[in-house]
Amino acid sequence: MTSAAPLQTRQLALDARGVARRFGARWILRGVNLQVQAGEMVGLLGHNGCGKSTFMRIVATLLKPSAGDCFVYGANVKTEGDDVRHHVGFFSHIPGLYDDLTARENLAFAATMLGFPAADIDAALERVGLTHVTHERVRGFSAGMQRRLSLARLILQRPRLLLLDEPYNNLDVAGIALMNSFIRELNAAGGAAVVVLHDLVPAQGVLDRTVIIRDGRVHEPRPGDFGHDGASPQAITLPAGAAGIS
Amino acid sequence: MAFRDDMRRIRAIVWKDLTTERRSKAGFNSVVSLGVTILVLFGLALGPDAQALRDAAAGALWLAVLFAGVLAFNRSYQVELDGGALEALLLYPGARWAIFAGKLIANLIFVSLMLVIVVAVGLVLFGVRVPAQWPSLLGLMMLGVVGIVALGTFYAAMSSRSRAREVLLPLLLYPMLIPVLLAAMMATKLFLSGDLMNELGTWVSLLGAFDVIFLVATFLAFEYVIEV
Amino acid sequence: MSRNDTTQFGPPRPAPAWLGWGALLFFLFTQVYAVVTSPADAMMGHLQKILYVHVPSAWVTFAAFGVVLVASIHFLWKEDERADLLAAASAEVGAMFCGLTLIQGMLWGRPTWGVWWSWDARLTSTLVLFLIFVGYLALRSFVEDPHRRGQWSAAVGILGAINVPIVWMSVRWWRTLHQIQSDPREVAPVFLRGWLLNVAAFSLIAVWFIWKRYEAARYERAAEHAAQAAALGGNNG
Repeated sequence: MTSAAPLQTRQLALDARGVARRFGARWILRGVNLQVQAGEMVGLLGHNGCGKSTFMRIVATLLKPSAGDCFVYGANVKTEGDDVRHHVGFFSHIPGLYDDLTARENLAFAATMLGFPAADIDAALERVGLTHVTHERVRGFSAGMQRRLSLARLILQRPRLLLLDEPYNNLDVAGIALMNSFIRELNAAGGAAVVVLHDLVPAQGVLDRTVIIRDGRVHEPRPGDFGHDGASPQAITLPAGAAGIS
Repeated sequence: MAFRDDMRRIRAIVWKDLTTERRSKAGFNSVVSLGVTILVLFGLALGPDAQALRDAAAGALWLAVLFAGVLAFNRSYQVELDGGALEALLLYPGARWAIFAGKLIANLIFVSLMLVIVVAVGLVLFGVRVPAQWPSLLGLMMLGVVGIVALGTFYAAMSSRSRAREVLLPLLLYPMLIPVLLAAMMATKLFLSGDLMNELGTWVSLLGAFDVIFLVATFLAFEYVIEV
Repeated sequence: MSRNDTTQFGPPRPAPAWLGWGALLFFLFTQVYAVVTSPADAMMGHLQKILYVHVPSAWVTFAAFGVVLVASIHFLWKEDERADLLAAASAEVGAMFCGLTLIQGMLWGRPTWGVWWSWDARLTSTLVLFLIFVGYLALRSFVEDPHRRGQWSAAVGILGAINVPIVWMSVRWWRTLHQIQSDPREVAPVFLRGWLLNVAAFSLIAVWFIWKRYEAARYERAAEHAAQAAALGGNNG
């Protein structure tokens, strides 16, 4: 049964309505409502274990919601998973790489699986600064290098909805700049993003707004929700360059 | 177009599974060694009587292939679970059955290679004269491998991601495989003993029919077990 | 409003007590009836009477597998979790009757063949069915997530049910290859009525068991749904 998305849903990159999820008898999400316009960059905050990652996995079709509905560009994550997967790029702490394949082989595999067998793999590797290890196996890579390789996979894909789960972990300053330039590039092309963060500083100048998940629901953040030197939501939603990183 | 993409995906998965397997040679070597060890144990259990060994050869060969093969099925998903690759695999667009087809073909190649070695050793150990039409024997055994691998690849998709995966896979798989195993054992036995009663053809066609049924069923059902 | 896999269904219809008592009384009646009306078998004496419970047990085993098949297909098709619970209840009852069938077969085989176990085609394939049931129930107990458990066990249930006739046929052929056994279980017409009555009585008892088990499973789920409602309360009404 394919449920038709409501009309306004079709304009939205992401439309989550009452998304709930339990594990066993424990409810992690209790009805998340979140609408993201195409071209909008949204930060998602919350304590450890509040369900941020669970929500992201539901949007990426890796988990089914226990209740509620969720649409990505009008495609229902429960019933039209394949359409959703054409739109979303998911980047999490899980590298999703094969240790016994080289960097280039991993990307070539990803490109074929994504349906872009002719993608320019060497350009992607160069962009993330891994040209020097193109033919080395991923097994020997540091966590940061694996992150960069995963990012290269996203660069091949150029998704319309970017789901980033703590994307700056294990990245050095150059890596953070790389990530931000990629996010801005997709944004300029009309893409949307949901970025899960525990630290807002690296994402300064990237996000249009931030929301917080508390008690399994989405809330507008209060000033106290940001741990960094009393930084307010206004401070971190300034346009790029207005609040530079020291 | 979409179909051609899926064909490319299947090829990529087969290539990826076999490449990772080849680079960690330990996997193939230990599975083959296990198969040979099981044959030796069967030989010891059945005693030194040459005729008894020859009579039991077909059954022992298949059980050795089965027990060793089971390791391969869980391994095939272990590659995906290390480093969360299965998650990445599920995030790619495309038909789910393509994932199954890729894993199935890779496992087929893996188990077939293992089978050739184990059978060669087994024929020597059990004192069976290598039949003149050994290509037919191999073909017949491949039919058995298809059934074992189809069900094994399917059930391992669940067992490898559950608690108690070591016990769950054999518990689910072995009873389901009994028809395939019976047909494969009978056909092999008849082949090795010269098929005096002209029953070989029946068992081979039965085996082929089982393969078709289980291939269709597992292809249709895979989507439901891999997505959750 | 779209429905989803945890839609509440309200309380289950309880299995009526009269059905349970009726099934029990009918069962007792058919036992007495069958024993009283049937003469001692020419070859086996009163041993033959075990078939009055043996064959109905086997019938219930197959019927239960049929319910697992239909309920599993329904679950995958409609994502109606009631079907998943029904399949589980039916598999448990089916496994019990399958075990009973095996024990009765062995009880019958001991005086008949002089051994507790013979690799008779029917005994062997019943044992294989029992193992398939066991695998299905083991899978259910090893998977916690209800959605995953439902999908996986439905797939395993369907494949297992497909396999039933295949196992049956292949074991039969495998047996007959070695020796063709004369089948001592030909039914004389005089036994037929008691036999059919027993099939009906066993079926009623199985329906009662499955219904009760299903009811219990529904209450367990209803408790989980109550937890869900409490958790969701206040946000989206």
